[in-house]
Amino acid sequence: MHDNANAATDDSETQLRRILQRCKTIAVVGLSAEWHRPSYFAASYLQGKGYRILPVNPRYAGGQVLGMPCVARLEDIREPIDMVDVFRKTADVGPIADSAIALGAQCLWQQLGVVNLAADAAARAAGLHGVMNRCVKIEHARLFGGLHWAGVNTGVVSARRRA
Amino acid sequence: MSDRLFRPETLAIHAGQVPDRETGARALPIYQTTSFVFDSAEHAAALFNLQTFGNVYSRLSNPTVAALEERVAALERGRAAVASASGMAAEAMALMTLLQQGDHVVAAGALYGGTVTMLAVSLAKFGITTTFVDATRPDAFAAAMQPNTRAVFAESLGNPSLAVLDIAAVADVAHAHGVPLVIDNTVPSPYLCNPLALGADIVVHSATKYLAGHGTTLGGVIVESGRFPWDNGKFPGMTEPSAGYHGVKFYETFGDFGFSMRARMETLRVYGAALSPMSAWQILQGVETLPLRMERHCSNALAVARFLRSHPRVSWVNYPGLDDHPQHALVQRQMRAVGGAAGSGGVPGASGLLAFGVQGGLAAGVKFIESAQFMSHLANIGDTRTLMIHPASTTHRQLSDEQQLAAGVPPDMVRLSVGLEHIDDILWDIDQALAAAARA
Repeated sequence: MHDNANAATDDSETQLRRILQRCKTIAVVGLSAEWHRPSYFAASYLQGKGYRILPVNPRYAGGQVLGMPCVARLEDIREPIDMVDVFRKTADVGPIADSAIALGAQCLWQQLGVVNLAADAAARAAGLHGVMNRCVKIEHARLFGGLHWAGVNTGVVSARRRA
Repeated sequence: MSDRLFRPETLAIHAGQVPDRETGARALPIYQTTSFVFDSAEHAAALFNLQTFGNVYSRLSNPTVAALEERVAALERGRAAVASASGMAAEAMALMTLLQQGDHVVAAGALYGGTVTMLAVSLAKFGITTTFVDATRPDAFAAAMQPNTRAVFAESLGNPSLAVLDIAAVADVAHAHGVPLVIDNTVPSPYLCNPLALGADIVVHSATKYLAGHGTTLGGVIVESGRFPWDNGKFPGMTEPSAGYHGVKFYETFGDFGFSMRARMETLRVYGAALSPMSAWQILQGVETLPLRMERHCSNALAVARFLRSHPRVSWVNYPGLDDHPQHALVQRQMRAVGGAAGSGGVPGASGLLAFGVQGGLAAGVKFIESAQFMSHLANIGDTRTLMIHPASTTHRQLSDEQQLAAGVPPDMVRLSVGLEHIDDILWDIDQALAAAARA
């Protein structure tokens, strides 16, 4: 069950909503160009919802993924980044967190199955939001309507029309 | 938007439905349509690839059905739910998504007859075997586990045995073997018992019963907890590219609702036992009052059980809400007391089913049924009306006396699904039918 009892953590519904509303430019580290990979699912969904997706993957550096130029490393991005979304092994997150902090990102988001506690702690200590073991696409869809389609318990109780 | 954890009475009315985006309609619209238009070829491709979420065809998903799915998921404190055309279709969806040829199931013995047939006959045709064990003994579940066991199946409250399952203990047995515990929670309803919170992994419901409550509409729902580790090596269908849905890895892609997505996209989509939007709407009308109704079902059933226990023409009573029932402590531990704490007007949440023996055996049982004035003789449970059945002369009549006893059906047994009529009228009808049975 999604535990949303503690509003002080970045996992709370309130904080996740805030993060997803503020972070409009997302560097996706480890974004695959293969359509059936989870990173492609997530990034193409977010692009469709108006987010600016910046692919980071040495495999496709110099080319394009989802119609956007792909770079090898976060440091190669030449524009402000709001969120760094990590589709990498847990062990690889440390240097990515350091780069996210150095580049002034607002959020370090570790995807489903990615849980680097030290990287999360470093990011939070530097004033970033830290989210672990969650999918940006799933949380967006849960909180802003799409996941209701799939019978997911969104936690939304409201007498207002869905925006 | 607050992070409040709402109570079931509130969720039963609100979860899964906010006012309609287009019209502002406060009540749930009935989206009676087979299909939904694509904005473009690209949009269609994204929907089929599950890269964007949305409706395609009502066999897969429908906005009215989705409201029921999310509401039951919320009431069960689960992650996600998928609805189906009946309770049996829900069980089939859960088991057919979990299992494949060569797999084995450990199941409680005194299950609803349709479930026994599904496991022992229908799934056996596809090479899936089942060992049935005593539902009241967690050690019997442990003893029956095999290397190829892939699911443990039981009812939280047995129908018609009224056996109470120690859900936490049996969940421990299942998890020690790396397999999920699947619980049929139809009889208590999610208001009285939340198996997922006690350690179960998947819940199935016949929504036809207490969830709908009005005896008009068939439906079923499965709910997943979102906590089972599908990547433990025993469930390649959850972790490997899906042959049934163009290479998607369901657990990796959808995480804690991966099982629900796989049930929807591989099982519901292919076998087709989808719930109609009209039926989902009718069931939801009932769900809104589920907590109120369950409270009255429980208090009426307890009053009937006490009346029968002291009645000279009744030889035995089986109701887990009675304090001398051998599993009463388990009821108090894992089911919600309703109407206040016990001792201050509250009653145990043992639901509305009970069984009793009419003195005089088979003939007296039949005469009791025939003599009732408003209690209905039929095969359903969980209706507003009080329902009754005499298994030895109906559902179990093809069995020998020995087989009936083995199935927990003595010749004098009558099962009641106690309804919402005034308790004095229910007791009157029972009493006059018992008097008629004694004259037989």
